[in-house]
Amino acid sequence: MKKFAKTMMLAIGSVAVAASAQASGKLNLYNWTDYTPTELIEKFEKETGIEVTLDTYDSNETLLAKLQSGATGYDLVVPSQHFVDIMVKEGLLMKVDGIADMPNYKYVDERFRNPSWDPEQAYSTPYQMGSASFAYRANSYDGNGSSLKEFFEPNAATCNKLAVFKSPDEVINMAHLYLGSDFCSEDPKEMQAVLDVMMKQKECVKVYSSEGINDRLKSGDVVMHAHWDGFSQVGVWEGVDDLTYAYPKEGVVGWFDSLVVPNGAQNVESAKAFMNFLMHPENMALLSNFAAYANAIPESVKYLSDDMKNAKNIQVPADVPVKFGQACNAKAQGLIDKVWTRVMQ
Amino acid sequence: MSIKRLRLLGLLPTWVTIGVLMIGPLLIMAAVSLMEANVYGGVHLRFDVSSYVQILFDKNLFDETEFNPAYLIIIMRSFMLALGATGLALLIGFPAAYYIARQPDHRKNLLVFLITIPFWTNLLVRTFAWVIILGRGGFMDQVGSFLNIIGPDESINLMYTNTAILIGLVYSYLPLMVLPLYASMEKMDVRLLEAGADLYANRYELIRRIIVPLTMPGIIGGSILVFVPCLGAFIAPDLLGGGKKLMLGSLVQLQFATSRNWPFGAAIAMMLLAIVVIALMVNARAARRHAVYEQTGAEATHG
Repeated sequence: MKKFAKTMMLAIGSVAVAASAQASGKLNLYNWTDYTPTELIEKFEKETGIEVTLDTYDSNETLLAKLQSGATGYDLVVPSQHFVDIMVKEGLLMKVDGIADMPNYKYVDERFRNPSWDPEQAYSTPYQMGSASFAYRANSYDGNGSSLKEFFEPNAATCNKLAVFKSPDEVINMAHLYLGSDFCSEDPKEMQAVLDVMMKQKECVKVYSSEGINDRLKSGDVVMHAHWDGFSQVGVWEGVDDLTYAYPKEGVVGWFDSLVVPNGAQNVESAKAFMNFLMHPENMALLSNFAAYANAIPESVKYLSDDMKNAKNIQVPADVPVKFGQACNAKAQGLIDKVWTRVMQ
Repeated sequence: MSIKRLRLLGLLPTWVTIGVLMIGPLLIMAAVSLMEANVYGGVHLRFDVSSYVQILFDKNLFDETEFNPAYLIIIMRSFMLALGATGLALLIGFPAAYYIARQPDHRKNLLVFLITIPFWTNLLVRTFAWVIILGRGGFMDQVGSFLNIIGPDESINLMYTNTAILIGLVYSYLPLMVLPLYASMEKMDVRLLEAGADLYANRYELIRRIIVPLTMPGIIGGSILVFVPCLGAFIAPDLLGGGKKLMLGSLVQLQFATSRNWPFGAAIAMMLLAIVVIALMVNARAARRHAVYEQTGAEATHG
């Protein structure tokens, strides 16, 4: 039944990308913004002769909505761990044969082989991993980022100088960490508490946006922003010297992004070539040097830049827990959507 | 083949375009709005009117149904903002169009051409330019500190406010107001103004009793052209308003992306469509009344 509705949707969704060519030697990559180094793409194009086209999105939700609407023409997309789970269940991904037999698979850290979201390594290869929390301009703020309270209950320095992601995925989990409740809660009372915290926070929020984060911090429009560890490090490299990523004692929300092939991909061989290419330590290091996130290829350390080795925003203190986001069931997801819609209206 | 048949055949591309690209998607949207939502996006093929009920009555977290004015507030907010933007665009566009219409022919064409130039660039890019102008330390702040209105490191704080949204909307859609106004002003017989002045009408009376009635079709057309897209706008509210206060357009977008409730998004879109159709009907009525007025006016002159 649902399939029929989806096919109907295809009519609209596919128009946008229908023009993409069918010939091999092309790769249509759909990735997060600020997440794909030009250098890496050029190296891949030079080594393989495959021509890469890049399109970007701003959240896992956007990616999922796009795939659900029947958009075809993408050969590789980069969802986080729990969205890989959802996309597999929704039948949006293509099984990729022989990932474990790829020449560069041997470089992948044992701990990240056959991960819980892809136990048979049938769909995904690692991209980058990191965490979500908040970051602040140390020179204009008197706190030290030791608690999520600073994020959810802004003081005089941060009120109306605070910005939050424009998608519920990480923000609601941060609220759970702050309140000490579990991710994917099915308890309306716990979700009501999450809603209350976020409504209280909203009184001091200047903007909800997941794009242009470092620009906003740089100009001083805000002094505190929901942020990702690596991207805040990129902000430091771009000249916001006092940009500090907070590792609050309640913990940070961990994520692990993977390369997967959506159904309807037309250049599967190119996609596989890119998956294999990226698992090589030298190439993975290129990516980490650009995006400033950790990766699952231990040997890539040899190729990391000094900047990356000394990046302070991505060093996780030993006593701060990293809790990975999960795919929630229908009931929990329904509650999350209700909370978010209420916060947004 | 008869001429008539040939003519019908010639119109075929038009019918196909309207049918496939307009009515088709509209029907799909109407159908989706009456289906049941799937948690991770998409729809189940089951008849369900709950999306329309949800506009007024919502289930809270505890699954109790309660009256929820939130969406009505969003509708009102969008309405007021669209109305404000239309009014401002009219205030700015009216004198501008009049000025252009009174220029010699060669300059007229150049000015009209200049009015259309912004359309050559993507709306998103143009709106983003305002982020740079209104943002902290941007052009507005520099002007402000140059004029000593604010200190060197302070900001007028225009960004992420309703004022910023209004500026963005007026800027985006002003040409749509100017062009129809210009079209009707250009046709206006200037001798009527001279006649009015000869009969001791002052400037205010000339505008009120001659220019405004004669350019009414342009005023109505321009207002509709500005009001309708403003009502559904989501780029300006998102980029310039900070996404804190939802507008109708952003609400629809939210349902399809983050909230993954396609039927509800489609239901709001259908409602938006209904509002626009009503607005157009009011317009058509006003235009008809105007036509009658012109006719009887003309008869009165002749009689």
